[in-house]
Amino acid sequence: MKMQKVGAVVAGAALALSLTACGAEGGGAGGGGGQPYIAIVSKGFQHQFWQAVKQGAEEEASKQGARVTFVGPPTEADVEEQINMLTNDIAKSPDALGFAALDSQAAEPLLQQAKSQDIPVIAFDSGVDSDVPLTTVSTDNKAAAAEAAKHMAELVGGSGKVAMVVHDQTSQSGTQRRDGFLEWMEQNAPDIEVLDPQYGGGDQLESANITKSIVSSNPDLKGIYASNEGSAIGVIKGVQESGKQGLQLVGFDSGKAQVDAIRNGTMAGAVTQDPVNMGRQLVIAAMKAINGEDLPETVDTGFKWYDQTNVDDPEIAAVLYD
Amino acid sequence: MVTTREKSGVAGRPVGAVVKGRLQQLLAFASLIVIFAFFSVASPFFFTYGNFTAILFSTVVIGTLAIGTTFVIITGGIDLSIGTGMALCAVMSGVFIVNLDLPLAVGLVATVLFGGLMGLVNGINIALLKIPPFIATLAMMLVAEGLALVVSGSAPIYFSEEPAYTKISTGNLIPGVDFPNAVIVLIVVAVIAGVLLTKTVLGRYTYSIGSNEEATALSGIDVRKWKIAVYAFAGLFIGLAGIMISARLGSAQPATGMGYELQAIAAVVIGGTSLSGGKGSIVGTLIGALIISTLNNGLQIMSIPQEWQNVILGCVILVAVYTDILRKKEA
Repeated sequence: MKMQKVGAVVAGAALALSLTACGAEGGGAGGGGGQPYIAIVSKGFQHQFWQAVKQGAEEEASKQGARVTFVGPPTEADVEEQINMLTNDIAKSPDALGFAALDSQAAEPLLQQAKSQDIPVIAFDSGVDSDVPLTTVSTDNKAAAAEAAKHMAELVGGSGKVAMVVHDQTSQSGTQRRDGFLEWMEQNAPDIEVLDPQYGGGDQLESANITKSIVSSNPDLKGIYASNEGSAIGVIKGVQESGKQGLQLVGFDSGKAQVDAIRNGTMAGAVTQDPVNMGRQLVIAAMKAINGEDLPETVDTGFKWYDQTNVDDPEIAAVLYD
Repeated sequence: MVTTREKSGVAGRPVGAVVKGRLQQLLAFASLIVIFAFFSVASPFFFTYGNFTAILFSTVVIGTLAIGTTFVIITGGIDLSIGTGMALCAVMSGVFIVNLDLPLAVGLVATVLFGGLMGLVNGINIALLKIPPFIATLAMMLVAEGLALVVSGSAPIYFSEEPAYTKISTGNLIPGVDFPNAVIVLIVVAVIAGVLLTKTVLGRYTYSIGSNEEATALSGIDVRKWKIAVYAFAGLFIGLAGIMISARLGSAQPATGMGYELQAIAAVVIGGTSLSGGKGSIVGTLIGALIISTLNNGLQIMSIPQEWQNVILGCVILVAVYTDILRKKEA
C-alpha cells in the first residue's frame, strides 16, 4: 500500500517535471545568450487578438535576432494576476519590457522598479498612465469607433434606432469604443437614436443573450454595433437565434466567425485593428529603445473598415486574423 | 518514524487519521521542496531574495481565501462565493474608506465584518434553509459579482488619497528591509486560524461536523448553529482578502475575483484537506497555496510557454487529489 502511494507521487512528480523540461526546450531557458530579450506582458492570452499580437512580435523578433516571451492573464479582469506576471518578468532582467496595463495605477510601483533597473518599457494596446513607458504602440480606438459609427449611419439611412453591445465599461478600449461611437452619432447623425449601451463582458454567450433581449424589446431596431470580437460573435448569434431579418450589424476586430459573417452578409462590416502590426511595432520600438534611439510619443498601428466588397483585398486580408 | 506510527495507528483509528493527515502534509511539503530545488537549478533568476518575496507576496490573496475555505471544506461544505465575494468586499472597503471617508481602522473592521456578513448569509441558507452548499454559495457568487459592479458603478475605486491603506500590503514593517507587510499579515492570520482550528471548540466542531454530521447532532451539539458560525467565520477571510487585494493594487477592482475560488479550493486540496470533510489543516493549505504560486512564478521565470504552465498546474492538482484518494482507500 505504502509503496504504491509513494510510487504514485514519484510518478506524478516525474510527469510534471518532464513536462516542464519539454516545455523549457520549446521556450528556451531564461537569460540565454547574447540575443536581446524582450519580455511582453499582455492584457490577455488565449484570445485570437492577443495571439495575433504575439505572432507579430515573434515574427519581428526573429527578423531582428531578438528573443521574446509573451504572457497575459486569462481575462481582462485579472489585475492581480497580471501584476504577478509583471513582477516575474522584471525578475528576469529583460533588455526591454512590453506592457499593456489592465490598471495603470496598480502597475506603477513595478514600472518604477523597471525604470530603476534601466529596463526600457514600451506600452502597447492601451496607454499606460505613467511617465515610465518610452512610447505607446496602439490603435486609436476612438477614431476607429467613429469610423464604425459613420458606416452604421450610412447603412441605416441616417435615421432610426441603433443599439450597442460593448465588451466592458471599465477598460480604456471599452470606454473609448463606446464613446467614439456615441460622440460621432451625436455630432453627425441627429436623427439616429442610440439606445443605452449594454455590456456583455466580451463573452459570446452573454452578448448573444443581451442581443436577443434588445431585439425583442425594440421591434423597430435598425442596427447593432458590437465593440469587440466576442461581442460581435454574440450579436451575430443573438440575431440569428431571434430570427429577426434586415438588421444592420457593425462589428469590431476580426476572427474567423466574424469574417465569415461578413463574407456571407450576416454582418454588414467591421472595423479591424491591426494586431499583427501592433506586435511588430512593439518589438521595433523595443529594439530602438535597447539601441538607445529616440522614439515618438505614440505609434499608431492603424485600423481599417472592411465589408463584403473588400474582405479579400490583399491589404485587408493581411490585417485580418483568425 | 512514519511507518511505526502508522502501525500503531491500526489499533486506534483517531491516531491513524492524524498520522495520515500529517503524511499528506509531508508529501505536499516534500513536493514544494522538490519544485523549489528544481527551479533553483533550472533558472539563475529563481533563487534570489527578491524572487522569494515575490512568490510570498503573490500567495497572500489566494492564501487568505484558502485559509477561510479550509474551515468550510473540513465541515464537508464548499464556498464558491469567495472570489467575487472578495471583489465585493474590496469595493465595500473603497466605499467605507474613500467614499464615506471613515477612519482607516473603522473601515478595515467594517470590511472584514462585511465579509463575515456574507458568510453568515451563506451559513443561514445552508444550515437553516437546507440549500446545498454548492448551490447556496454559487448563488452568493453571482449576487456578489453583480453587487460589486452595482455598488462601484462598474468603475474601480482608487485609494490614491489613502497612502496608509496601500501600506497594509506593500509597505515594509521593518524600515529598509524589503519584506512586504502583506506576507506578515498572511502569517499572523494563518497562526490565528491554526490555533482556532486545533485548540478551540470552533475547530473541534468543524472537524466533528465534517466527519459525521449525524453523530455530532446526536451527541447534543447544535449542528445548525455551528455550521452558520463556520461559514460566518470563513467570511471574515473573504473580507480580509478584499482588503489585501485592493491594498496591493491601490484600487478596488469590481470585475475581478472570478476564478480565485477555484485556485483557493485547489490550494486547500493540494494541502491535504479532504473534499469529503473531516480532515485538513491550515499548514497544509498554506503549503498548497505556496505550491501554486511557486509553480506560477517558476514556470514563468523559466520562460515556459503559458499554455504549458496551465497543463503542469493541472497535473499537480491531479496528483494531489489522487494521493488523497489513495489515502482514503487505506483508511
